[in-house]
Amino acid sequence: MSTEFDINQIQNIIDHGIPHCSEIGIRVHDMDADGVVFSLPYQERFAGNPVNGVLHGGIITTLIDTAAGMCIYARLREYMPIATLDLRIDYLKPATPGEDVFTRATCYRVTRQIAFTRAIAYHSDPEDPIANSVGTFMLKSTPGKSLDEAAKEKGATS
Amino acid sequence: MTAMSAEDFVALINTAKDSKDWRPVFEIIPYFTFLGLRLEETDGKFISVLSEDRKFIGNPTLPALHGGVVGAFLESAALVHLLATQEVTQLPKIINITVEYLRSGKPIETYAEAVITKPGRRVANLRIEAWQKDRNKPIAAAHANFLVS
Repeated sequence: MSTEFDINQIQNIIDHGIPHCSEIGIRVHDMDADGVVFSLPYQERFAGNPVNGVLHGGIITTLIDTAAGMCIYARLREYMPIATLDLRIDYLKPATPGEDVFTRATCYRVTRQIAFTRAIAYHSDPEDPIANSVGTFMLKSTPGKSLDEAAKEKGATS
Repeated sequence: MTAMSAEDFVALINTAKDSKDWRPVFEIIPYFTFLGLRLEETDGKFISVLSEDRKFIGNPTLPALHGGVVGAFLESAALVHLLATQEVTQLPKIINITVEYLRSGKPIETYAEAVITKPGRRVANLRIEAWQKDRNKPIAAAHANFLVS
């Protein structure tokens, strides 16, 4: 199966197929075989520090985990079921309160069963990242439905 | 969000330590409120609890918790453990975390316990494990470093 990636379609799949991502408001900016760019608008409810409003690391983990998984679909051109095996995140500097967070994720190696990803999170300059990450994912993790099929059942338009 | 001074925040943490009631601290941390985080203390052990909530689902087919939420919960449990067990003069800062996903998490109440593997003067290293119904079947584990001074 080959899938062409259309940003609106990807956004639609995320909004309908991944409840947590639609809850937090993940936006899709770019998706092709070289990787994906997603963002998360700054929201006070994700602050981890009540003194200065700096985002909790966990919400950046969520943004990166999502983008890292989706960049595998982009590379394979197929929405097969995948599962995160491990994910390492280095928090290079605190996110600036009030600013949206972007992430760029790339799948740099894929084998029959495993995919390897890299990702960074940043505000406006990818050369000045907030976080750096590497992840490994298991492919065909469940015999279940693919993400696009599941999203369609939940009301996504194709 | 009610902006509060760093001194007031540390005072709030120390009050919680004495009273063993962590709700005022969790209520003032917006992301902990979002996670519906609780802390239970039994026999001197601290167990963090992630609420059951459908908004945490990442895969509706299984259904399973979003891996990011699981990672965020493990990081939170580590931070809470530091607050509850160490002298805190400022909010510890996460340096890095490695999350290992062992089983898919069902969208039900989830528990986590952290152990300090090295309580350094500047950096604390923790190992954290999360499980659901069966403590012997962890859904995820992590190790993390925090800057504590």
